[in-house]
Amino acid sequence: MGKIVSFLGRRVVKSLFILLAIVLINFALIRAAPGDPALVIAGQSGASDPQYIEQLREKFHLDEPLPQQLWTYVTDVATGDLGYSYRQQRPVWDLIAERLPATLLLTGIAYVFSLGMGLLLGTLAAVKVGRWSDTAITTIALLAYATPLYWIGLMMILLFSVQLGWLPAFGYQSVGAGLTGLDHFVDVAAHLVMPVLTLGLFYMAVYARLTRSSILEVRDMDFVKTARAKGLPERRVVVRHVLRNAVLPVITFAGIQAGYLIGGSILVETVFAWPGVGRLAFDALLQRDYQVLLGIFVVTSIMVLVFNIITDLVYTLIDPRIEVS
Amino acid sequence: MSETDNVVLDVRGLTISLPEGAERAHAVEDVNFTIAENELLCIVGESGSGKSMTAHAIMGLLPAPHVKVADGEAILNGRDVFTRSEAEQRAMRGGDVGMIFQEPMTALNPLMRVGEQIDEALRAHADMDAARRRERVLELLAAVGLPDPESLRRSYPFRLSGGQRQRVMIAMALALEPRLLIADEPTTALDVTTQKQILELIQRMQRELGMAVMFITHDFGVVAEIADRVAVMQEGRCVEIGTADEVLNRPQHPYTRELIAAVPHYIEHRDAFNREGEPLLDAQNVRKVFSLGGGFLRRGRELVAADDVSLTIHPGETVGIVGESGSGKSTLGRCLLGLHRADGGQIVFDGTDLNRLGRRAFHPFRQRIQMVFQDPYASLNPRYKVGRIVAQGPLAFGTPRSEAYARARELLELVGLDASAAERFPHEFSGGQRQRISIARALALDPELLVADEPVSALDVSVQTQVLDLLDDIRHRLGLAMMFITHDLRVAAQVSDTIAVMQTGRIVEVGTSKEVFSNPQHPYTQELLAAIPGQNWEIPEDLRHLRAQRARTPRGADA
Repeated sequence: MGKIVSFLGRRVVKSLFILLAIVLINFALIRAAPGDPALVIAGQSGASDPQYIEQLREKFHLDEPLPQQLWTYVTDVATGDLGYSYRQQRPVWDLIAERLPATLLLTGIAYVFSLGMGLLLGTLAAVKVGRWSDTAITTIALLAYATPLYWIGLMMILLFSVQLGWLPAFGYQSVGAGLTGLDHFVDVAAHLVMPVLTLGLFYMAVYARLTRSSILEVRDMDFVKTARAKGLPERRVVVRHVLRNAVLPVITFAGIQAGYLIGGSILVETVFAWPGVGRLAFDALLQRDYQVLLGIFVVTSIMVLVFNIITDLVYTLIDPRIEVS
Repeated sequence: MSETDNVVLDVRGLTISLPEGAERAHAVEDVNFTIAENELLCIVGESGSGKSMTAHAIMGLLPAPHVKVADGEAILNGRDVFTRSEAEQRAMRGGDVGMIFQEPMTALNPLMRVGEQIDEALRAHADMDAARRRERVLELLAAVGLPDPESLRRSYPFRLSGGQRQRVMIAMALALEPRLLIADEPTTALDVTTQKQILELIQRMQRELGMAVMFITHDFGVVAEIADRVAVMQEGRCVEIGTADEVLNRPQHPYTRELIAAVPHYIEHRDAFNREGEPLLDAQNVRKVFSLGGGFLRRGRELVAADDVSLTIHPGETVGIVGESGSGKSTLGRCLLGLHRADGGQIVFDGTDLNRLGRRAFHPFRQRIQMVFQDPYASLNPRYKVGRIVAQGPLAFGTPRSEAYARARELLELVGLDASAAERFPHEFSGGQRQRISIARALALDPELLVADEPVSALDVSVQTQVLDLLDDIRHRLGLAMMFITHDLRVAAQVSDTIAVMQTGRIVEVGTSKEVFSNPQHPYTQELLAAIPGQNWEIPEDLRHLRAQRARTPRGADA
């Protein structure tokens, strides 16, 4: 236990350094944007008299020397203040926090779905390698892997919403229905189906292919032969010996995907008008709302760092050869 | 063994078919043998002889569906194994028959605790509760001579040495006291001292349980050490079977005779080597330390691979470096070649300290010191034709193309291959032939010193002998100095003038081959020599002559 704590401590310290670097790059990006930020803000609000601009400069500390500004920015980020969206007239953190639950709901379910289905299909394909079910799974995986996300999304909307009318085409819940309790849950779930499928299919394909090839590799290893020589039932050989070893590379990839739980769903959120962080980022990009973009950038970076640490921890739990030292 | 013995396994007319398009139609053809209680049958043969296939067939572990038993029966406990249902076969595996494999490093599941893996076998076959099984696991671990069974039970395999893992494998195979134990080259991957212990363990367990043991090996030393009866296999057929005494001392079949003649042994008639003049290579106090697992914020563990190693090699001398795995012998070789930079000491080659040279200054010496690697399958670029592989060195040193290629053809002939081999790719050659190509490649630069790192340990005995003879022949003809790194004392004795014995990074004993063999001084050397299997067995006199004759005319061999 002490080992894990010290491992965590070290990793957190390392991650803080990386985060600092990211914040510095962020700051440089803001400064690298052409023009005087005060002029830009003033231009956006339609007023341009010198006094107002001077006021803005003072308000945003733009009149201070660069190192001072850098210090202000770093301490702000450190205290959770990601800046202020002038366009939306709200603090960036509030904007992000408001959208986070919707995004996490979507990406979290898609994550579980893709990982579960991917492992299942990959295992099935590997066990039945060369038979028709393997061919079918590999083909589906290849299709899901090669088809653009948004196209799948659009086609699903056409089929299930427009043609069949089974599922709502966009949004997080039925607008103005004021549903509560179980009805609300069913409503949100219905809205979730297509975005989750669209987002999950791609990763499902990745996991299925990864699992399949990994199993095919592990299955010929010596210790699997040992397990058979012990006279174990086939099921136990596959689950305890083959799958457990084959799942290691899948974990690596799952860790990477987990890092994109916030930032990775821009396309899908746009296609399905899902009110999440991805949409927020997309809108901010169109409106040149740099403060919001950079705020999302910082939050996403933190997610990646956190999930890297979690992945390494999971690894040490599953594979005793990797030590948390 | 007399006729009245209780026969445990009776194999009759076993034939295993290979998929279409394979090298031959049958992996194993019409093989017959029996093994009785308390009897140890050694099945000897070279790679591809079908000895492993036979074992796997009996276990029902052939790689389905391509390879299958086409004919014959294997009667165990009165019933044919091959006609049993899948469930019955499963009950037999691990229950009536235990099996251990060659590679202890990979034969255990790396993610499961040792105790759990043994427990699995018990759970699959015996009706015991958890407490009873746990007790049995501890009992087994103690029985195979592992220290501290309680903590070992909870260890993961990666914490254990190769020898310990093989003991765990044996404990697992014997968990249910099988009537038959199949051991597929169980000591081949182990150091000689560990091999001795494992062989003793297998014999002891056999006595205690009264098992029949089918022991697969390629090593006649091991056969002489443990076998009651011996079956010799060649290309899927059993060419000779008999008692150990018959087969070892009065072999009848030409193939058996050839194999026994090829067993490496100390050759008495070697002329003593006279050191003349200055040494070509003079290594003084060489030290090499590896740092393991270091990272961004901390220092790693230090591993001393070579410590205070001093050694000379004179022109024309062959120095054998002998040691077990991890003794630092390969590291030393790589330091001499400049592939590792030594952390201390001098490596003086023909008056220049190589260890002080930078990359550029080292360049001319690369031509003068060449290396032959262990694995002939991995050391040749599969995408280059053999001619290019051999010519590459000279080309890099500025030899004109046509000249380099002409020389490559000459060299291929020198190492006993056809000049036309230059136009072919490495995968078209056998292991022994590839090692000949490796040697030709090393010779292409006219080196003065050849470092050969386990050049024959990946080869079958008969091929091994041919390659050793080739090296011996070449170094006499070209006056090469050679550093010959090996784990096998018998091989070292056969080719070396001088032998240096290494243990944990230090040279513990240096002497002429004869001295080291007949009168070892250091306890570790004595231990190594004592561990060589089959010491009480003398290769029959007539076969010794056959071997000596061969050594004089090694050319034109078809390895």
